[in-house]
Amino acid sequence: MLDSFSAEMLARIQFAFTVSFHIIFPAFSIGLASYLAVLNGLWLKTRDHTYLILFNYWKKIFAVAFAMGVVSGIVMSYQFGTNWSVFSDKTGPVLGPLMAYEVLSAFFLEAGFLGIALFGRERVGDKLHMFAVAMVAVGTLASATWILSVNSWMQTPVGYSINDVGQFIPEDWLHIVFNPSFPYRLVHMVLAAYLTTALVVGGVGALHLLRNKTDLVARRMFSMAMWMLIIVSPLQILAGDFHGLNTLEHQPVKVMAMEGHYDSHPDGAPLILFGIPNPEEKRIDYAVQIPKLSSLILKHDLHAPLAGLDTIPDEDEPPVSIVFWSFRIMIALGFGMLLLGLWSLWRRTTGKLYDDNGLYRFAIMMGPTGFVAVLAGWITTEVGRQPYTVYGLLRTSDSLSPVAAPAVATSLIAFIIVYFFVFGAGTYYIFRMMNKSAAKPNPALDTGPIRTATKIAMSSEHTPDNQGDHNGN
Amino acid sequence: MEIELSFIWAMIIAFAVFTYVILDGFDLGIGILFPLAKSEQHKSVMMNTIAPVWDGNETWLVMGGGGLFAVFPLAYAVLMPALYMPIILMLLALIFRGVAFEYRWRTVRWKPVWDMAFFAGSIIAAFTQGISLGAMVQGITVVDRAYAGGWWDWLSPFSILTGCAVVVGYALLGATWLILKTEHELQARMRVYAKWLGLSTLGFIGLVSVLTPFQDPAYFARWFTLPGSLLSVVIPGLVVMCCWLLFSGLEKHKEAQPFFASLGLFVLAFIGIVFSFYPNIIPPGLTIVEAAAPDSSLKFTLVGTVVLVPLILLYTAYAYWVFRGKVRPEDGYH
Ligand code: HDD
Ligand code: HEM
Ligand code: HEM
Repeated sequence: MLDSFSAEMLARIQFAFTVSFHIIFPAFSIGLASYLAVLNGLWLKTRDHTYLILFNYWKKIFAVAFAMGVVSGIVMSYQFGTNWSVFSDKTGPVLGPLMAYEVLSAFFLEAGFLGIALFGRERVGDKLHMFAVAMVAVGTLASATWILSVNSWMQTPVGYSINDVGQFIPEDWLHIVFNPSFPYRLVHMVLAAYLTTALVVGGVGALHLLRNKTDLVARRMFSMAMWMLIIVSPLQILAGDFHGLNTLEHQPVKVMAMEGHYDSHPDGAPLILFGIPNPEEKRIDYAVQIPKLSSLILKHDLHAPLAGLDTIPDEDEPPVSIVFWSFRIMIALGFGMLLLGLWSLWRRTTGKLYDDNGLYRFAIMMGPTGFVAVLAGWITTEVGRQPYTVYGLLRTSDSLSPVAAPAVATSLIAFIIVYFFVFGAGTYYIFRMMNKSAAKPNPALDTGPIRTATKIAMSSEHTPDNQGDHNGN
Repeated sequence: MEIELSFIWAMIIAFAVFTYVILDGFDLGIGILFPLAKSEQHKSVMMNTIAPVWDGNETWLVMGGGGLFAVFPLAYAVLMPALYMPIILMLLALIFRGVAFEYRWRTVRWKPVWDMAFFAGSIIAAFTQGISLGAMVQGITVVDRAYAGGWWDWLSPFSILTGCAVVVGYALLGATWLILKTEHELQARMRVYAKWLGLSTLGFIGLVSVLTPFQDPAYFARWFTLPGSLLSVVIPGLVVMCCWLLFSGLEKHKEAQPFFASLGLFVLAFIGIVFSFYPNIIPPGLTIVEAAAPDSSLKFTLVGTVVLVPLILLYTAYAYWVFRGKVRPEDGYH
């Protein structure tokens, strides 16, 4: 089946596949690293053991997610060269230094302190250990900052000139790093990572509360996650709105595709809520739409004219259906998250936060949706800027390596098999760790008579093995 | 000015690649030696000697690749397609060995699978790195700023030889690292392995050194006319000295000396390669100056590098210091 694809299509599928897997792990590890830093800080400050138990619980999960992020990330840094060598030659002078800074200021920081954060508490003492945990969190955020600057420059390139062999030559680094879409994208992505993590933590807490409402550790994580959600989800919606307005300014064609505006609307464009894009006929079938709302949102004027895809040549048009759907999936999930936050806030104020199975079920259901929203968001962004790799300047079809289709097809198949196998196994281990209650007996108590007492106090779900993570099968 | 900057950068990239080779070298070497471990306990100890540092070691590889992209984008753009298959294989191998560090502690039934992944990933990564080196020494065809050779150019008897050489050399680094970090039976076994691996490494270094000058007349001229021929005398002399330090250290049950002597061998081999390549970044025809990014990219990146790399070396050294001393079976990290 793969031989019917061109080398370009195969390389695009390969990049999309590998980067989609990669982004899943950072989305979780950025949020989790910060969460761990907060937990450790609270433990040192209050000496409340619940925080320490939570820290150790999520630490193990973090280690697995982080390992998957690292190995999938190394693949990304070589993919530019193997599959997009012309792109690399041309944009290297601008993008390479930003990625080099990412390595220098972020990857080394994370990697250098990770060992101490995971294994070194006894060896270095509380203060230095806290420092190491914080450095890992700072590293993940720095990494997001640089890589999003890189991605944003490809979307909204500025501060460059072009030399006689067609390379982009940096003229103004400040403009390049802080290119027009970067601040929006950075805020949006970091919030997305925090939301994703809050949803997972909340889902896990809810799972254990559903089994045992007296599980104090589960209560603590659920409550923390719900606070995070009610604060961050409205911020994310706001940030997304600003992001969209920024996109309208710099990449109006992308917004046309997101909105499904095939036709221009000289007197107020409708907001299409749902419908089926019909690329042949260039219209949205069965559209459910609210007249003039799109113009109101984008231009703050009911009657503002909005251009549609009919104003641009066909060969410059991104694939509308994909962008149209992925955008709606992201937004729907964003509102779902807000709903969960509101529900929990209502329950909290009525004193029923730890006694609402409906809320727990909804929280478990929403658990993985952060990942879906992140992927949908990236698909909107990346598919929406096609057919360019550097927006308006370098076409995807002109970015390709001189690698023959069979070689790309072979490596693509290898990536698919390996990724599903390796990351499938890792995800399974993470699920298994999350399925265990954090409130297991203290290993130090296991040898003493207190053990039985602890066992009764805890939920009947857990097995009182002191090596909880070694009992897999 | 431009020449100087690109030259400085060539040195920095060479430094990053070399740091990668020695750090991940012993790291991969432990993976290569993994199936030789007698017991489950030995396996755990072997892995725990590198568990806190492997991620940092591997980051130097990202630095090498990312640095090339930043300051020699043309070299990056030529090299990656030319070495497409070995590079992809290396990446896949690194995935398997990287996750094995965490996964093997998360399962009982599948532990052997991840142990196997650790071994296979390590040996394949080492072998493909050696192959890539051999393919570069043989030369890469460049026309119009792009790779213009065939898909199997990287595969030759010479590149297979360098592939094997790197596997054996990394195993030597791994064995001597374990002499430094372990004790009792495991350490004793590593002494025996290190002796054989040392001899084989020496054999490979000899073979590759004899064959390299014949891969390209330019290498021959460089090594056998003055002033280059001076190095042809000095380097073998230093190799002999490192060997003496290695074997006498093993004989006298020294703990650190074998490891540092093995590192010495790697330093010398690396100097030899760099000397053969210069002034090219990719033989036979792509020079450092031609491949360099414009000055503004070189300067911008240099500022951060000069500040950050010493800092990185500092906290990396600190992390090694924190986990110094012997690793014992009792102090499981997990
Ligand atoms: C917004 C966040 C984000 C995004 C969009 C990306 N990454 Fe990433 N990346 C991270 C956030 C991150 C991280 C959270 O910082 C990771 C996860 C685990 C880690 O070590 O750092 C990481 C790891 C990571 C590593 C391994 C670092 C190491 O060895 O420690 C590499 C080489 C890359 N990434 C490269 C890329 C490339 C080439 C990307 C785009 C095409 C990319 N990342 C997208
Ligand atoms: C409540 C008041 C808000 C209104 C009226 C509003 C409306 C809009 C509209 C209409 C756009 C432009 C969409 C278009 O092109 O037609 C937009 C940008 C965006 N808004 Fe808001 N928004 C609001 C707050 C939000 C909320 C709550 C969301 C969350 C779902 C949201 C999501 C977006 C997104 C994703 C964009 C960027 C996409 C685009 O520009 O088309 N905004 N906002
Ligand atoms: C409902 C509120 C949301 C709005 C209005 C919104 C808006 C947007 C817009 C307009 C884009 C495209 C930017 C572009 O054109 O370049 C985008 C991308 C993205 N969204 Fe959202 N989004 C929302 C919710 C979410 C949520 C809940 C998540 C994840 C938890 C998320 C994650 C992302 C990601 C990862 C991207 C791609 C990265 C980027 O380029 O910013 N979004 N979002």
